[in-house]
Amino acid sequence: MSGSTAYGLCSAALVGLGLFGLIVHPEPLRKTLAFNVIGGGVFLLFGVVARRGAAAGFGGDPVPQALVITGLVVAFAATALTVGLLLRLFQEAGRANLRSDE
Amino acid sequence: MPNSATAGGFLLVLAIVLPVTGVLLSLVLGGRHAERVVLILMPAGLAVALAIAIEVWRSHNVLQYFVGNWDPPLGVAFRADGLSAAMLVATALLVCGIGLFARGQFTSPGQAERRAPLVFWTLLPAVWGALNAVFIGGDLFNLYVALELLTFAAVPLVSLDGRAETIAAALRYLLFALFGSILYLLAAVLFYGAYGTLDIVLLSGRIRAEPVAWAAISLMTAGLLAKAALYPFHLWLPPAHAGAPAPASAILSGLVVKAPFFLVIRLWFDIMPRMPEPAAAQVLGILGGAAILFGSIVALRQARLKLLIAYSTVAQIGYLFLMLPLALTPEIGHPWSTFAWTGGILQAISHAFAKAAMFMAAGLIAEGIGHDRITDLAGIGRALPMTVFAFALGGVSLMGLPPSGGFIAKAMLLTAAVAEGQWWWAVIVLIGGLLAGGYVFLVLARALADPIEPLRLLTTIPPSRQAVVLVLALCAVVLGIVPLRPSELLQIGRPDIAVAGFR
Amino acid sequence: MAFDIGLAILVLGVAVWTIAGRDAFAAVVGFVAYGLLLALVWVRLAAPDVALTEAALGSGLTGGLLLAASTRLRRPETTAPGEESAAPLRFAAAIVCALVTAGLVAIVLLLPEPPPTLAPQAAANMAATGLGNPVTAVLMAYRAIDTLLETVVLLLALLGVWSLAPDRFWGGLPGQRHHADPEGVLTFAAQLLVPVGVLVGIHIFWVGSIAPGGEFQGATILAAMWILAAMAGLVDAPAVSRRWLRSMLVAGPVVFLAIGLIGFAIAGAFLAYPDSLAKLLIVLIEVPVTLSIAATLALLVAGPPARMPQQ
Repeated sequence: MSGSTAYGLCSAALVGLGLFGLIVHPEPLRKTLAFNVIGGGVFLLFGVVARRGAAAGFGGDPVPQALVITGLVVAFAATALTVGLLLRLFQEAGRANLRSDE
Repeated sequence: MPNSATAGGFLLVLAIVLPVTGVLLSLVLGGRHAERVVLILMPAGLAVALAIAIEVWRSHNVLQYFVGNWDPPLGVAFRADGLSAAMLVATALLVCGIGLFARGQFTSPGQAERRAPLVFWTLLPAVWGALNAVFIGGDLFNLYVALELLTFAAVPLVSLDGRAETIAAALRYLLFALFGSILYLLAAVLFYGAYGTLDIVLLSGRIRAEPVAWAAISLMTAGLLAKAALYPFHLWLPPAHAGAPAPASAILSGLVVKAPFFLVIRLWFDIMPRMPEPAAAQVLGILGGAAILFGSIVALRQARLKLLIAYSTVAQIGYLFLMLPLALTPEIGHPWSTFAWTGGILQAISHAFAKAAMFMAAGLIAEGIGHDRITDLAGIGRALPMTVFAFALGGVSLMGLPPSGGFIAKAMLLTAAVAEGQWWWAVIVLIGGLLAGGYVFLVLARALADPIEPLRLLTTIPPSRQAVVLVLALCAVVLGIVPLRPSELLQIGRPDIAVAGFR
Repeated sequence: MAFDIGLAILVLGVAVWTIAGRDAFAAVVGFVAYGLLLALVWVRLAAPDVALTEAALGSGLTGGLLLAASTRLRRPETTAPGEESAAPLRFAAAIVCALVTAGLVAIVLLLPEPPPTLAPQAAANMAATGLGNPVTAVLMAYRAIDTLLETVVLLLALLGVWSLAPDRFWGGLPGQRHHADPEGVLTFAAQLLVPVGVLVGIHIFWVGSIAPGGEFQGATILAAMWILAAMAGLVDAPAVSRRWLRSMLVAGPVVFLAIGLIGFAIAGAFLAYPDSLAKLLIVLIEVPVTLSIAATLALLVAGPPARMPQQ
């Protein structure tokens, strides 16, 4: 098993683990953490694909690496907006969960 | 399909650049200028959309543009076929209508900048630009960025009034959207890892029926279903669309929720035409049928008008997904499949106009009487006749009564279902129409009833705003003039038809 | 090789800590460690650009944001035991997730050999861009439209966060004013670190055209330095309706768009660069984009306007 295969398996496990956290935790803050864990796993899979595509003197295929950088920035923006909404909800309603609806 | 940039391709760039410029200018000029920027942007964007549609029609071919002159798979391509052109024009018309309507709601009196107007007038062009990017994107990662742009533009519109319920609704919307995004991204990495490209046309040539492909397609579809609020991923939609201000609800229900459906079409019809999988398409159809039944029944039980309309959206989205089992027939190029194709797209477009009109009518009613309880709507028919008439016209399209775009769309889906022997979808379409009639008449009966004491409006609703709503509802009706046969415009660029030689 | 397996297991362990932790605060701390370990993994995968971004943005700024949120949301009512999912749901979820993982493992092991790659094409076209860093070439040349749209995505997220302010605070200053002891350790550390950090940030941005680095990494470091200075009370946040702040925020995307449109005239396509001017144009885009992104990231961490400026 090569190094990148180890990380490939790791990324699969991270996606499953994060998905578990997403389903099981009711609070949005823990869900956000779970999203970021899954995201780390998905980006890691991009990295494995990049490493496998090493050619032409590069250590890895630069296209997936660039896609990950874009994805990381978008993920941060998403986390910031989620946290903003959550903090505002807490200010307005004194709760940090979504259960009072429905 | 051309393999290089076509003449007129730069129009595709404008379709994105113009709204983005609008966003930046609104943000930096701020205050009252934000509204003016959008008012100037609206006719310009409409002209570009019409120009694209005319060019696609004239050349009877897909418009293509390689950004930066870099060919895929290294670079990113924009492509506009007949379907893209139709959606671009519909979006432009709807945004113009919504912008004109919202002028009366998001005003900035005085010099000081106010929060809600600035946020609205900056996010409206952002939604427009994001929708255009989705409709012309030819690269799966570029489409991912476009989807994120759309989500970030739409979510703050839901919580614009700052109440706790709308903030919670926006948060739930965002969480579902992020869930969809992460599945989409996972699918994208599988596509790239297996086939070395994310360009839609190249991918369609390289894809084969193997586990990696099936996994990627399932993941991407699941992610897009969550964003499109198809049953059972619909939980976020009713509170979000009902809690947003009326012009925002109009664009959210009208178009934002259709963009993921558009990508499902791109995935299933453009990337996978050589690997038809009728069983999987039936699954999507079943979910669509469940959405129609569930959404319509729950809509009947709503006490508040905006929630009723929102649940109606859940139902009408189901019709869109009926298109998949009907248009993806095993024999490629089967004549009835083009009926289903045209019917599905027409459903999307006429629902956009009808639903926008209904939400805006509900908004005017709520402004007029201070609430939107259905049981207390008596007398509004006399007080705001134009508005209620517009609501009724929108309802006509939703029910599928002639003359309306909804009638043509549902008639085509019915015809395709019966002709292909998939009669169970026909039953669902008919039941859905009856249920829609139920909830529309529920509202109209109350609205046209005589009140116990005369109804007095809280504020005057200017006829100009009512007229805008009526015009949008009339657009849904005018689409009923479309002849009851497959549309030539929507056929332009369909790869499977080309493969079968049905030109 | 064994190192990789060990690192992968460590990453998994920290992820388990993050997901299964009882306390939200502990989970966030675990998440910061998760991000840093992932940065190490990126180095092992020969992706130093990504490692920098993951460490600074994915672990640093995101971790800071989540830590601040978890402390503010820390109330006994937020994690009442009755709200935790019931055991049957957890069991079912565990089964589903195990299946998902198994499916992904199978897919990963089934990825084709030889693996498809765009590295040769990227290498072949780099001479035309004048760049020495292939990742920067992808971000700023081949797929520049993605980067352009992404800057707009960031701006919209910021607008979204700002839109959450109560009406009375609109146009005001984000966050709380921090007052640190002028003789204290935090102020001293900030006075020492911030100038160095700013220089490091500028360097990492500048060197990104030929070596690992670039605008996103540099901007993140600049944003972090601003946040540090603000926490130490050395600077205060600007009011969100100030024209200069808005101009700084949109300058990056505006210049990006402008140079992209100029590409029509001088190179025949939107966001195309003529060979001789490519590197110059790319740098011309990167400078304002770095500033805009740094400002946007810092303000995203600062939050919505929460106080009016003192007269």
